[in-house]
Formats: sequence, structure tokens, C-alpha cells
Amino acid sequence: MREIESSRITEAVAKLCMEANFKLEDDVQESLEKAYETEKSPVGKEVLKQILDNSRIASTERVPICQDTGMTVIFAELGQDAHIVGGGFEDAINEGVKRGYTEGYLRKSIVADPVRGGNTGDNTPAIIHLDLVIGDRLKMYIVPKGGGSENMSRIAMMKPADGIEGIKKFVVDGVREASGNPCPPVTVGVGIGGSFERCALLSKKALLRPIGSDNKDPFYDKLEKELLLLVNKTGVGPAGLGGTTTALAVHIETAPRHIASFPVAMNLNCHAARHKFIEL
Amino acid sequence: MAEYSLETPLKDEEIKKLKAGDKVSLSGIIYTARDSAHERLVKLIEAGEELPIPLEGQIIYYVGPAPTPPGKAIGSAGPTTSYRMDPYTPLLIENGLKGMIGKGERTEMVVDAMEKGTAVYFAATGGAAALIAKSILSSEIVAYEDLGAEAIRKLEVKSFPVIVAQDCHGGNVYVEGQKKYAE
Repeated sequence: MREIESSRITEAVAKLCMEANFKLEDDVQESLEKAYETEKSPVGKEVLKQILDNSRIASTERVPICQDTGMTVIFAELGQDAHIVGGGFEDAINEGVKRGYTEGYLRKSIVADPVRGGNTGDNTPAIIHLDLVIGDRLKMYIVPKGGGSENMSRIAMMKPADGIEGIKKFVVDGVREASGNPCPPVTVGVGIGGSFERCALLSKKALLRPIGSDNKDPFYDKLEKELLLLVNKTGVGPAGLGGTTTALAVHIETAPRHIASFPVAMNLNCHAARHKFIEL
Repeated sequence: MAEYSLETPLKDEEIKKLKAGDKVSLSGIIYTARDSAHERLVKLIEAGEELPIPLEGQIIYYVGPAPTPPGKAIGSAGPTTSYRMDPYTPLLIENGLKGMIGKGERTEMVVDAMEKGTAVYFAATGGAAALIAKSILSSEIVAYEDLGAEAIRKLEVKSFPVIVAQDCHGGNVYVEGQKKYAE
């Protein structure tokens, strides 16, 4: 059995919370640069110019791209032949979040009690999704997720008869009604199938795929591309001020469903689609 | 898309010229407030008590900045979504507020108050927080320090880049701009 020191998890999380908030991954950066070239609205182009200038300043000066440095969402895959030693897994992650958000001067945005309020003071706890897999490694995606885009997410328990047309209407209406609030150009994560809670999780997981990559299933790849065209025809545009770039990508994740159910969920990410990956 | 440079406090005749979609560069003093600070300000007005900041002619920026790193005037400071402040905004406009900076569309109650009170709503680019921070020369907490990122700050800004999102004549760049590019 391979051993993984919990302190390594803490160090990795602390570092990646900062890196994710200071510098966009290449896929996001390139896709924004392309959008700046193709955007037809002058106001939209001005917004994209500001977004690109902003990302340069943030990575050079090592300051957060956005003041909303998010809730720290972590997708972890733990190999069943790995053994974490020296402390608890969740404690190690939360210690990393605490350290990263303090050392990086990142904003602490977590309300301790959802109704009675109070701030936890260190951006913990992280939202941790853990899958147990074959192998002896630990893989982690660190995804700081802002409130503005998260608030525009939705889920519907549709009828199986609603089918593809139902999915299209759900996504396009959702993006149009979200308007400028989720900070477009957005990445649209769509979950189809599973149960109520699985579907929501799929829609968030869909945001992890690199922008510009194809869906492995040609059927859903075609649907993704069609949805992207439809979303970009809404006219919402950069920052919602009107334009031809409303989304950079639409990604779909699916799961088998109950014969009576047809859950569809949509999770939006803002133009600062922050994510980092590490394998320990 | 006309371009203007404006100094705070704003005057009615300047606000009346502004049309949705215009590009504006703001300089002078602006104040920050978001959800909790708005709730407190409104409670004070309703109780007839004195406010910790002046409202006459002023601009409120909806922002909760990141912590200030050493050697900087302020941390990254982009706009938050404005509609959450809509329930509180009309009363602030009635008490002299002339401008707001945020992101996303405002509801009818705010639009009506803006027409009656000659006020303007500016959009700053959401997520352009490091860029915007560069136009903030100084920052000082003037009220509600207990709210942390939500405390009220007095900011001195120079060439703060905004777009007129909704003007005092009912013009709305979200509606007009999106309609123009919808297919």
C-alpha cells in the first residue's frame, strides 16, 4: 500500500488555491483571446479587452483575477491502494485552503451559518467530492467557484418526453435569463440524467473539461456544439452588454436515469474559469 | 457610444447627458457598500438617524474587495451583482444618492427611482478586479469594520472605467445591446 503524507495534500491545496486565483489555465486564456478577435459588438470588444488586460495584470502581479476568490470546490479521486497518513484527508484539505487564502491575500467568503451568519474567517470548509478509484494515486481538481455564476445555476426534473428539445430550451432560456449576472462569456456545464443530486454534480463536473476539447461521445459532442451556437445567438454578449460571445463552451456530462425521471442541471462558470489539477 | 470623464460628486445636468452604452471614466471619491451595509444604512434612514457617509451627489460601488496585499492601495476589487441591492436602493436615491456601480440589470423599482431622482447606474466589468484595483488610489474603511469585506470604504479613484448600463431616461444597455445582437 502506497502512503501519501497528509502534509503533502495541505501544501498542494494551499499552492493551487493561490495559483488558480492568480493565473488562468491556457485553455481559458486562449479561448478569451479568440473571443476578442471574433466579437462583433464594440462594447463587447471593450469588455473582452478589459478581461484580457486584467488577466495579464493578475498573473504578473500575483493578485486575484477576481475579488470573489470563491468557495473552494475540490474534486478528488483517491486510489483504493493509497493510504493517507499523518492526519485526516478533509482536515488536510481545509488546512491547505486556510493557508492558501491567508498567504495569498484571497477573500474569505464563507458564511459560517447559512441563516444566522458569521464568517468562518479562513474560507473553510472546502466543498469536497471524493471518488474512490482503482490505483494508488490521489488526483485533485481545485476549483475556486464564485457566487455570481453559481447563483445563476438551475435544475429541472423534466419529463422523459421533453427530450432533446427540452434540454435545448432549458439551457438557452437559462443563459438568456442569467444575462450579465454570471459574468459572461460563460462556460456552461450541463448534467443530464442520474438522480436529483447526481445531476447537479454532473453539471459542475462538466466545467472541468478543457475548453475546446471534444466530448468523447459523438452524439453529445454534436449537441454541445449546437447548444453553443444557440447560446451565442441570444445576444447576451460579454458582461451581458450585448454581443456575439455569450459562452466559450458548453460541456455535457451524463448518467443513467430512472425510467420516470429526466433530470437536467446547468452550472455556469464566469469568464474567469479557474481550475488547477495535481496528482500526488 | 459617447465617452465622458466625470468627477464626483455628480451633478444632475451631467447625469441627464448620459445614455446607456456610453463609456465613462470616473475620478474622485466613491463609497463601497454591499448587502449587509445597505441593510444597515436603510435601517438608519428609517429610524431618522445620521448616516456614516454622505449620500448627496455620491456614488456607491457594490464591491467586497480581496484583502490588501503589502504595498498596494487595495486588493482586487471588481463589482458584485447589483440586483441584490435593489430592495434598498430607492430609499438611498430619495436621500441624494446619484450613482451606483455594479454588474447586471436593475429592476423596475430602481429604474423608477433613478428617473425621479436623476440617478445613473454604471456597469463595471465583472471579474476585471485586478485592472479596476489599479484605478483606486487609496482606500479607507469608514464604517462597519465588523463586516470585513463588506465594510463601507471610502475610495479615491482616478479614471475608473465604467459603462452607462441604465440611464435616468429609462435607457438600458442590457436590453438594447442584447436585442441588437440576438438572432
